[in-house]
Amino acid sequence: MTTTTAPAAPAVRTPAISSPSLLQLTRVELRKSYDTRAGRWLLIVIGLAALGVVALELFVEDAPKTFADYFPFTQFPVGILLPVLGILLVTSEWSQRTAMTTFALVPRRARVLTAKVLAAVLLAVGGVLAAAAASALATALTPVFTDSAMDWGLPAAQVGQVLLVQVISVLAGVAFGMLLLSSPLAIVLYFVLPTAFSILVNTVSALDWVRDWLDLSTTTMPMYEGDLDGQGWLQVATSVALWLALPLLAGWLRIRRAEIA
Amino acid sequence: MITIDHLTKRYGAQLAVSDVSFSCTPGTVTGFLGPNGAGKSTTLRALVGLATPTSGAATIGGRAYRDLPNAGRQVGVLLDAGAQHAGRTGREVLTLAALVLGVGQERVDEVLGRVGLADKPAGKRVGNYSLGMKQRLGLAAALLGDPQVLVLDEPANGLDPDGIYWMRGLLRGFADRGGTVLLSSHLLREVEAVADQLVVIAAGRIVAQGSKQELLGGRGTVVRGPDRVVLERALRTAGIAVVGGEGDGLVADADPLAVGQAVAAAGAVLTELRPAGGEGLEELFRSLTHADGSQQVQEVAA
Repeated sequence: MTTTTAPAAPAVRTPAISSPSLLQLTRVELRKSYDTRAGRWLLIVIGLAALGVVALELFVEDAPKTFADYFPFTQFPVGILLPVLGILLVTSEWSQRTAMTTFALVPRRARVLTAKVLAAVLLAVGGVLAAAAASALATALTPVFTDSAMDWGLPAAQVGQVLLVQVISVLAGVAFGMLLLSSPLAIVLYFVLPTAFSILVNTVSALDWVRDWLDLSTTTMPMYEGDLDGQGWLQVATSVALWLALPLLAGWLRIRRAEIA
Repeated sequence: MITIDHLTKRYGAQLAVSDVSFSCTPGTVTGFLGPNGAGKSTTLRALVGLATPTSGAATIGGRAYRDLPNAGRQVGVLLDAGAQHAGRTGREVLTLAALVLGVGQERVDEVLGRVGLADKPAGKRVGNYSLGMKQRLGLAAALLGDPQVLVLDEPANGLDPDGIYWMRGLLRGFADRGGTVLLSSHLLREVEAVADQLVVIAAGRIVAQGSKQELLGGRGTVVRGPDRVVLERALRTAGIAVVGGEGDGLVADADPLAVGQAVAAAGAVLTELRPAGGEGLEELFRSLTHADGSQQVQEVAA
């Protein structure tokens, strides 16, 4: 009996080409935030800063020593530095001119922008978790270095509101990046504009209502303790509309129409 | 199949590209030729959806680039080799693209090897790359999704002579396997060696297009000999028109056989006899682009 070998199948190009999913694109954008030296160092600095402030609180004698006290404290450095990562997530595409590659690979620009927003939200969640880890470390070490006992209590409202406030800060960074498309300009204005605004509305007493409704740092302050309620939510909403929604919308529309060169 | 259909792009009062139409068929390399600022890059940006045409359209396989399901799997694009994050390694740049394209890490290594950046260079930051290495990385990124179409803007910029020779082979092979290649250049020699089709643009308008043979045909014969005066007389006697060529050469308006016969009949000596290929195109290119008074035409002759 003889065996015959079947002729090799002709090489057929499989036409099953699918669009990259939003999950895939988000993974790419997330990876872009830490695959450069600048991004990686920024993340390391955020971690070290969280550890630094929690150590400070641990060793300052009359500071309160529960997990619920450490937790909001460690969020401050995260809340200040993480938005810079959000800004760079957008602006580095222009300062390093990678936008050309990015949008040639994914010509539906809104999908890339959505992926950037989702990546920024995940970074905020990561930031909260890192800060929580630093707080947990401090809580565990509390009986070792102080006379206080371990206290792990943390209200759910505080967790939720802290998460939300960090998402708001990072997205405000993304929004500034989208509006300005320049790293130095967006970073400087992100810090200078709201600060100048705060100083103005805090010193001029006639502007109290502006502060209460439009100054993001004032309206979000209670969120670190999980104390936001009633009218506070409305005030957060109006200030978020000014500092996040407005620049995000304007930047989004601009990027969708702009010529990428 | 690439089709550019009456494409016009206007920036305010400035007309960057005006009513440009041409097409590139599978199995061919099309050279998109013109001086800097002639509208080549604008046309290519409009083709891949980075610029919106004022009027007209550009399609790939009948579809607008924006409507391709996974653009990088169908079209490999290299518009600017310098447009990469200086802080990423070559391998990382390709890994990011591979994640979008949905191809594996082994494909990344494969194309790195194919463009000669495997191993050590792949691990270096792009900021430390020479322009030639960036071009190779850009080509690797364009090839990553195994596309059927390549769109390359000035891909030979920064490549050394070896690199240019290598790239020609790569593009020729790609087209011979049924791929479609559109590459732009302001350097005539670069395109001449690899292109089947030529599209010449100047000041935003197409000034010539056709196959290389069509554009170069009937352009005479280059003749050279120890005594130019004797040669010239011999050719004129045979009724062949002669003009001065490059250096001490002559360009005769006849095919090489007629020229050789005329020279032999006069008993003159030849040191060179060949069809005036390159000179023809260069002359054409220079005259076409000069006529539009483009300011950077000098570079073309380089």
